[in-house]
Amino acid sequence: MPLDVYLNVAVGGVLTGLVYGLMALGLSVIFGVVRVVNFAHGEMMTIAMFIAVVAFSAFHIDPLILLVPSAAVLFVFGYSLQAALINPFITRPEHAQFLLLLAVAIIISNALLIVFGPDARSVQTAYALASFQLGPLIIDASKLYAAAAAVVFTAALFAFFRFTLVGTAIRACADNYTGAQVVGLDVKRLYALTFGLGAACVGAAGTMLTLVVDTTPLVGPSYTLLAFVIVITGGLGSLPGALLGGVLIGLTEALAGLTFTPSLKSMFAFAVLVLVLLFRPQGLLGRRSA
Amino acid sequence: MTRKFQPTFAITRRTFAAGAGATAFAAGIGPFNIARARGGALKVGVLLPRSGYEAGIGQDCQRGVAIANPILKSLGYSELAIMNGDTESNVGTARARAEQLISDGAQLLVGAFDSGETTAIAQVAEQKGIPLVINIAAAPAITEQGYKFVFRNFPKAPTIVGDAFANQKEVFATVGKAPRTVVFMHVNDTFGTAMAKGINAMVPKFKMPYKIVEEIAYDPAARDLSVEVAKAKAKNPDALLVVSRLNDAILLTREMVKQRFTPQAILSMGPGWYDDQYFKALGKLSDGPISFVPWYDPHKKLTPVLQAALAKAYPGVQLNTNHIFTFEALLVAADAYKRAGSTDPKALAAAIRTTNITNNVSIGPGISFNAKGQNDKVKDGAIQNRGGKDVILAPKQAANAKPEWPMRSYRSRS
Repeated sequence: MPLDVYLNVAVGGVLTGLVYGLMALGLSVIFGVVRVVNFAHGEMMTIAMFIAVVAFSAFHIDPLILLVPSAAVLFVFGYSLQAALINPFITRPEHAQFLLLLAVAIIISNALLIVFGPDARSVQTAYALASFQLGPLIIDASKLYAAAAAVVFTAALFAFFRFTLVGTAIRACADNYTGAQVVGLDVKRLYALTFGLGAACVGAAGTMLTLVVDTTPLVGPSYTLLAFVIVITGGLGSLPGALLGGVLIGLTEALAGLTFTPSLKSMFAFAVLVLVLLFRPQGLLGRRSA
Repeated sequence: MTRKFQPTFAITRRTFAAGAGATAFAAGIGPFNIARARGGALKVGVLLPRSGYEAGIGQDCQRGVAIANPILKSLGYSELAIMNGDTESNVGTARARAEQLISDGAQLLVGAFDSGETTAIAQVAEQKGIPLVINIAAAPAITEQGYKFVFRNFPKAPTIVGDAFANQKEVFATVGKAPRTVVFMHVNDTFGTAMAKGINAMVPKFKMPYKIVEEIAYDPAARDLSVEVAKAKAKNPDALLVVSRLNDAILLTREMVKQRFTPQAILSMGPGWYDDQYFKALGKLSDGPISFVPWYDPHKKLTPVLQAALAKAYPGVQLNTNHIFTFEALLVAADAYKRAGSTDPKALAAAIRTTNITNNVSIGPGISFNAKGQNDKVKDGAIQNRGGKDVILAPKQAANAKPEWPMRSYRSRS
């Protein structure tokens, strides 16, 4: 097969992987700080996808413009969810947290099903079917814009954690829960803030994904699973790891589909996960626990 | 003086025994209640994938259900009491819903579009002794099990493939051109796999003018088919041979546009490419694909009746396979009920076995079933998307247009 075909597919895989990375980043942020595994991750993303779909079909608002408002809505949703529902479960056994978030996931997907029905919906922007040609490379315009937005959003999040006081306080909570309490940080509020930030990542990713894929109320679980694969590959709790994991999984799926058979795309993504778990259980960029 | 209270319904041993006896008798005759005398409408449980990834097609089939009763009445049949069941595009759910509908009183089942789901429902129908009239499902095995209560008015995968090849040759002969190479793309579900097996076996047998240079199987619920299209494009084939569902047909088309790839022809041997949703989602880009599917004969008397009813109930929706065969399954049910004069499942099954309906819609001489419960006379048509509508290219007796070949480039349409 000609080299340019591999190149085209690899570029497509990397671009999709960057959006996947942003989605998984939300999961990693939440787990890294709050130590709660968000089983409603994909469903929360579906909410953002429907916000984008409805805003486009009703008001023709481009998902790229909706990126920040949609992330803000999901931030409020995540903050409220943590403050009202999840905080009381923080000290409870993990299985209780899992069940709580699974229940939240089921409620979200069924509510969306009731409101929007089961049909797939898409956002057909003016550039939905456009592509750029650079020599032998044909780059999907929607994927390129979505990936660029994902990179900008991720950079802003990194900057927030590194350069703001609140970001530093959140990192302190993640590093040493007791220490954070001792120095007088409002840990519960910071947890809610973190959950909100994780949800905002999912909101941004979901909004961008509507440029690339169709939306149905039942897509949530597959994205939750994908997010898990990515963060475990990249390193649970590591922000750069989530992005790297996203790119790696996107690229693996694309090249495996091209080299072998597309039906086996997911199998190769899981094979990468198994290899990482075998040879680097903490993930590619994760820290080994003491 | 105090009066002793006398309960008016004191339970004595005698009344208890009588009550228990009556209850036992009622319970004892319960199973025979199914064999009720004719009186009310026949209760037909219609199982379709109304949600999940096949929801678009399932809901399209439902339109055939929605328009059926007034037409059946005009044909002199009794109206049917429809009980809806959603298989959720899932085999396990299909089985559970079939059991549920039967326990809720369904006297006959119709469904279920998907071969995997229909296989599960057929097992339940046979086990419970309730007739199942399959609307759409092509996997051959369903009517090869020796079932007594399962009937299919839809061609089996090998018949679809055989008819499709015959119709392809007719189209190639009409345009005086034929593709030399094709890439074969198909979904990897029960239907897609059965079709792929049939196509691979029959291409040499039918001496088709083309060679399959690449076979690409993919998940029908896939979110992104860019790799699949890139792989197909890399082979630079004259045509694409596809076995799809609706969502993936739309995804494939969008990807071909983005990757600037227009083959001479898209030859579809399954659903998706002729659906109204396909036209609606893609507009001008929907023109060109040729589908080889069981279709309606525009020259039959009942066809305009069905078209008019559909246009009235769903303006802008065109008659297609989903409506035709779902309606015909209900026609079989109504006809059997009329002739059986009973809702007894055995009597209904016996009546279905002797069906001989010539006033129908699909291409072929009519509806009748062989010893295996299969209508082996139903035929495929070749249809092409043109100007947002389907025109019929083959077979000759049903054709109403000439083929447009090659397809207009996607890039020239924007």
